Amino acid sequence: MNESSTPQKYLGQPIERIEDATLLRGAAAYTDDIPVPVGTLHAAILRSPHAHADIVSIDVSAAEKRPGVHAVLTGQDIKELTEPFLIVLRVPLDQWSLAVDRVRFVGESVAVVIAEDRYQAEDALDHIEIEYNPIDAVIKTMDAAEEGSPLVHEAAGSNIVSRRDFSYGEPEKAFAEADRIIENTIDYPRNSQTPLEGFVVVANYLPGEESYDILSNFQGPFTVHPVMSKALKCKGSQLRMRSPAYSGGGFGVKQAIFPYVVLMCVASRKTGRPIKWVEDRLEHLTAAIAAPNRVIEAKAAVMNDGKIIGLHFEQWDDYGAYLRPPMPGPLYRQHGIMTGAYDVPNMTIVNNLVMTNKTPSGMVRGFGGPQIYYGLERLIHTIAVELGMDPLEVIKKNLIPADAFPYRAAAGALIGAGDYQKALEISERDGKLAELKKHRDEMRAQGKLYGIGYAAVVEPAQSNMGYLSTINTVEERKKAGPKGGNVAIATVNIDPLGTVSVTADSIPQGQGHATILAQIVADEMGLTPQDIIVNMERDTQRDPWSIATGNYSSRFSSSTVVSAQMAAKRVRAKLADIAAQTLNVPAEEVEFAGGQVFAKGNPENTLRFSRVAGTTHWSPGELPTDMAPGITETATWSAPELEPPNDQDQINTSLTYGFVFDICGLEVDKVTGEVRIDKYVTMHDSGNILNPLLADGQVYGAFGWGLGIALSEEFVYSEDGSFLSGTFADYLCPIAPEVPEPQILHMNTPEPFTPLGAKGIGEGNVMSTPVCVANAVSDAIGIRDLQLPLSPSKIMSLIDDDEPARPESVAAVEPKKSGRGLTGSGSAEVPVPPQQVWDTLLDPIKLAAVIPGCRELNQIAENSYTADVAIGVGAVRGRFQAQVQLSDLDPPNSIVLSGGMTGPLGSSSGAGHVTLTATAGGTRVDYTYNADITGKVAAVGGRMLDGTARVLVDQFFKRLIAQIEGKSDVSASSSDSWWSRLLKFLGAG
Amino acid sequence: MKPNNFNYVRAESLDHVLSCLAEHGENARILAGGQSLIAMMNFRLVEPTYLIDISSLDELKEIRSNGNIIEISAAVTQARVMSAPEIIEHLPLLAGALPNVGHFQTRAKGTFCGSIAHSDPSSEQPLCFAILGGEAVLKSKRGERVVPASEFQTGLMATARADDELLTSVRLPKQNPSSGYAFEEITRRQGDFAIVAIAAIAEGENIRFGVGGVAGKPEVRNWDNLADNDIDEALNALAWELGDNDDIHASAKYRRQLVRRVGRRVIEEARKCRN
Repeated sequence: MNESSTPQKYLGQPIERIEDATLLRGAAAYTDDIPVPVGTLHAAILRSPHAHADIVSIDVSAAEKRPGVHAVLTGQDIKELTEPFLIVLRVPLDQWSLAVDRVRFVGESVAVVIAEDRYQAEDALDHIEIEYNPIDAVIKTMDAAEEGSPLVHEAAGSNIVSRRDFSYGEPEKAFAEADRIIENTIDYPRNSQTPLEGFVVVANYLPGEESYDILSNFQGPFTVHPVMSKALKCKGSQLRMRSPAYSGGGFGVKQAIFPYVVLMCVASRKTGRPIKWVEDRLEHLTAAIAAPNRVIEAKAAVMNDGKIIGLHFEQWDDYGAYLRPPMPGPLYRQHGIMTGAYDVPNMTIVNNLVMTNKTPSGMVRGFGGPQIYYGLERLIHTIAVELGMDPLEVIKKNLIPADAFPYRAAAGALIGAGDYQKALEISERDGKLAELKKHRDEMRAQGKLYGIGYAAVVEPAQSNMGYLSTINTVEERKKAGPKGGNVAIATVNIDPLGTVSVTADSIPQGQGHATILAQIVADEMGLTPQDIIVNMERDTQRDPWSIATGNYSSRFSSSTVVSAQMAAKRVRAKLADIAAQTLNVPAEEVEFAGGQVFAKGNPENTLRFSRVAGTTHWSPGELPTDMAPGITETATWSAPELEPPNDQDQINTSLTYGFVFDICGLEVDKVTGEVRIDKYVTMHDSGNILNPLLADGQVYGAFGWGLGIALSEEFVYSEDGSFLSGTFADYLCPIAPEVPEPQILHMNTPEPFTPLGAKGIGEGNVMSTPVCVANAVSDAIGIRDLQLPLSPSKIMSLIDDDEPARPESVAAVEPKKSGRGLTGSGSAEVPVPPQQVWDTLLDPIKLAAVIPGCRELNQIAENSYTADVAIGVGAVRGRFQAQVQLSDLDPPNSIVLSGGMTGPLGSSSGAGHVTLTATAGGTRVDYTYNADITGKVAAVGGRMLDGTARVLVDQFFKRLIAQIEGKSDVSASSSDSWWSRLLKFLGAG
Repeated sequence: MKPNNFNYVRAESLDHVLSCLAEHGENARILAGGQSLIAMMNFRLVEPTYLIDISSLDELKEIRSNGNIIEISAAVTQARVMSAPEIIEHLPLLAGALPNVGHFQTRAKGTFCGSIAHSDPSSEQPLCFAILGGEAVLKSKRGERVVPASEFQTGLMATARADDELLTSVRLPKQNPSSGYAFEEITRRQGDFAIVAIAAIAEGENIRFGVGGVAGKPEVRNWDNLADNDIDEALNALAWELGDNDDIHASAKYRRQLVRRVGRRVIEEARKCRN
């Protein structure tokens, strides 16, 4: 192989993306755009409205009879045809692609309808009859960790399904010798970077081969390929996974498509037809994925000068209802580098893996990093506040010394190179920190709430495939065999006319990998990037792949590019050998430039590149002796530094470690609590930069999402597990007006452990920006305990004085809990005595007239009724099954009405307490009510529910009074009915 | 997220619309800009049998200046209202509020009258309609009636419109050139529904004050001869009267504080703008 270094004309240059001409013309075919086989059917999924419930019965017979419906599958079909998904733990946490017997989160797939088109499939969903028996759900992580809390998986015996202790160095000694022990606890919220394109699966069962052909936007890692084939009870070779060249965004999230791949494979097998399923936005936000929310109790053993001599992290990482592979990755992905950018030799870590009744967690950009650094860098800020130091001084005091590289961190990370002190120096100078501090002082002198925050972050890239085995004990690991490494694969090929084509294993999600690969190969071949065709489609039956294939852990710039360059060098060497024969010079003297091949000493005598390449196709007989014909080279590479965890539980979790340092200046509005980012500086040492335009693009994207994490994005659940952020009106991604332009700085310390010297850059700001903003807010308002996202309302609750009292002229309203638990109260005067009101409530016929939209009321026991409530008002249509119970009867003084409704739009349950008091004019009816609403209505219409409930309850009592007064026209005033309003109010747009 | 089956009717004339409404009434929905309706249909929260598209009716695309009145017809987009010279000149409050309505893409489709008919409690346009004291013109096969703003919106997304009626236009009185106007809203993001939206009109020492986003519909108060010293007291009473409304974006207390503090700011701004 010719290993001579090639002059790099394009690599490292700000080349515009070769992908963009296609993308900007709208010509890219996304997975949903790709034509499907003739006869393809379409799937729609019925999802659980309950956070935790037993499935008592499912009746699909009516749905099966709907027009266009070919099949309806339930958990029983899945149980018969598939195995539960493999997980990393030996704990019974069975998960299938449809719920079996029990649902464990709102949005869990319960049944799938296969029909001629998606419309018909969705029509039929409304006709699947499911009886649920709701059981207590556990939503908050620390509640779930308590003994005696409801169990998400009873068979597991606990909601903490894994707990491991780690100790590095001499932590007890450090904590004993420290001047101070400083603590900070954080509670990182649930969020996800939401791609424009949701999941798409086209599955086709091929009975002749007993194999499945899948087109999907799965982004890897292909460690999940055996998980899918095992679930389908087929060989790996029988599960063909194809990925298109273009993605509408991944951010890690597209990994979580795999349960749907299995589900659609089963549907295809059952129906004998290809099946297509496209995830919609509501499904995505509700049920696709979330980064795990995490509680970290962080402690530092600190000397009075700010030197940290020991750290202790206890973590409770919340994986929701199921542990989907490769979970619990976020809890261990950063394990080797838990000490961050700091030289702290002593550390203890306790990792608790917690299950709750929420959407399963998964891969999201940053992969545990945002959680860790929110804990670590808030702790650094707290240390500074406690010691009366500038946070920057505490950071500087503890950074890994510049002469310590390569540096082995306490928990095992091997950091190849860096100069963190210099990075800070450049940031302070070019980011004009002195001016910023002066500005802060001036603003504060004017009475403004102004703060400065910092964050120092080590950005890992290219995961060690063995990192997750750290969750197992040394003994367990020995039994299972060592796991490490990470294979990268690329192929370079030249066609008969000399066109160079490249493929690689990175399944790009919009980052511009094709451009970088074209730059690398063009440099080797003496061509231009435009001469190189890059095809990033991947097909497990035609392309080489490994379990490491995919788009995750920023592996492209430190691994995939290496294999691409290796393959290109091999091709070049072969071409040089061919050319050397014609040019009559040694191969070492052959050069490639400007589409020509020539001898170094005689550049006038050239051969066309295409001519040399064509020789391998047209005249293999003229090739040098022993040279194989054709010209295609596939290279694979895995870094030796990615060793399995050692017997001390040390693990080098990543191949490369970049450095990020951020400075943020911001103002908190005293009136509104709004945060205005005034200045943001972000410094990156990502080793060699392969393309500065693409690198900065990654920084902008990560910064934008980092701001979302800090200020607005959260998947919110009510206490009973109802999901409340099902639209982009409630899950708030920052948009252009919310994202200021950061000042991006670079320094480039080449990475020694990867031949191109490049590290990752796409995840750093996801880790640094949330905590940097939080530190600045803390500095501005002088408050330590902050809960992300920092909404204006939350910030005001921390800094606001007591509000002016309610004037006596204004009636009091009951304080109520937040979320979707609705409460209210009111009263009404009725011109009849209490006994007559009482009789109405206990008369089934009269009660039926009182319940809005009640079509049929059946008494099933004394004081217990079921009702078929049909709403057909205005443009609104809805059908609900209602149960009503009367209890706590104290005739004719008080009564409790309780019950619930279920239907396609969701479920509600609640109770109303009614008291009757005799007055001079008749009866005063006082009522209070509470209601919990879950399902689609709660997820998409939360903004309106509170007001809606009041209108509805008000309506109930109006009807009651009208009924008592003998007015019969109430039920006719249908435009005022409960549910018509409820539905009307849910204006999404 | 697909709508149910429905019949699409591209209206050929106003009379055609009214005939359809007379025939199908409660089963019909008017499609003007569709920026709320289509999303609700895709969620199957609304399942009309007939969707009557009025967006191509030229006779409903007029902005008329008539004496002291500006009349905006049913199919006029928010983008057109925002840039119409007569609106900028005579209805500065509305012109100032419209940039807060969604985004330019949604304003290019969404209609002013559609927003009034939809009556979202957090939308800026019903607040402007209420505080400006406009009138809704409702037409049906039975005839025409004119409903004042104070009686049009009856509650949270509920209006006085009958099933067979079309809101053909909204009439707004031109603003008094000597009065001062101010509008401000607090949102989580640019273009979002308001957490609190506040508008004020200062005429002499009188204040007309409106709040959206808190109660089920925009609430308007007239405070005559409001002395500077009494502003806080008036706002505090109103803040409490509007009721509690916690949601995932803001607490009830936060909303009350915004009514007090931003309310004061808006009143002061309106007074500054008096001529």
